[in-house]
Amino acid sequence: MMVTLGHFLTLGAILFALSVIGIFLNRKNLIVLLMAIELMLLAVNMNFVAFSYYLNDMAGQIFVFFILTVAAAESAIGLAILVLLFRNKSSINVDELNTLKG
Amino acid sequence: MDARTGLFYVFALVLLFAAFKVITARNPVHAALYLVLAFFQAAAVWILLKAEFLAITLVLVYVGAVMVLFLFVVMMLDVNMDGVRKNFWKHFPLAATVGTLIALEMAAVLIGGFPPSQEPKAALGVAGQAVEQFSNTKELGKVLYSEYLYPLEIAAVILLVAIIAAIALTLRERKDSKYINPADQIRVKSADRVSLVKIQPTVAASVVTATEDKA
Repeated sequence: MMVTLGHFLTLGAILFALSVIGIFLNRKNLIVLLMAIELMLLAVNMNFVAFSYYLNDMAGQIFVFFILTVAAAESAIGLAILVLLFRNKSSINVDELNTLKG
Repeated sequence: MDARTGLFYVFALVLLFAAFKVITARNPVHAALYLVLAFFQAAAVWILLKAEFLAITLVLVYVGAVMVLFLFVVMMLDVNMDGVRKNFWKHFPLAATVGTLIALEMAAVLIGGFPPSQEPKAALGVAGQAVEQFSNTKELGKVLYSEYLYPLEIAAVILLVAIIAAIALTLRERKDSKYINPADQIRVKSADRVSLVKIQPTVAASVVTATEDKA
């Protein structure tokens, strides 16, 4: 029994679903929310790499390269905002972030 | 079942286990460490897919830089987990339903759209042309620096923006700092430093005391 494209795509789908569940469960914890977003990006990248291999096309891996770049920038800025938030509110609870609520 | 299949199942199972622990871990430090494990397993799966450059980039950039940043932040902040963990499993039925739905739908569409019989290039793979001389990094670099040069430079600008934004957001001016702005120092005039004050002659004072004595 060979590993087919479907195996990798299913792995990506399950990983994506797990991170969606993680966003539901950790809806108050901003740090774990960021980690779940990283997992989601990983699941998408898994699909890109699998397609790149099985369709014999380099473009998928190029795209993963750029996703990695943007994800690194996103997590750096996200963590900076998180630190700023903790400094001002002494909490990372999403429920307490209602300053902009009218 | 060949070795590649076995390795795929091992890596995939550990990856899913690590992802599950990331979203359910009680301690955010543990969640970060399980995320490191998940990235390592994903890198291993990518090596199975002959994407060595991206796998090594994932380990270097993610495990080496981003996850260390995560661990720094998690350990720096004194997070009160009791308030955050309250009602943790309340939305689990809804979350499980949505998650299962997503996984099943995506798997059905993707497997249905790409059945094993429609994979003529699967046996060849990217490395099909010449297995010995093929270098994934070289091929990636050739495309990246020719066809995708402009996106590459935009990516560099995005990273620069991220650096400056992260520093600018977290930079804090201390209130007890003795720092002096050089621009203010240069712009200063002599009149700002020395002010000439007219003082009454001391004679006037003795006259005042003399009149007080008389009274």
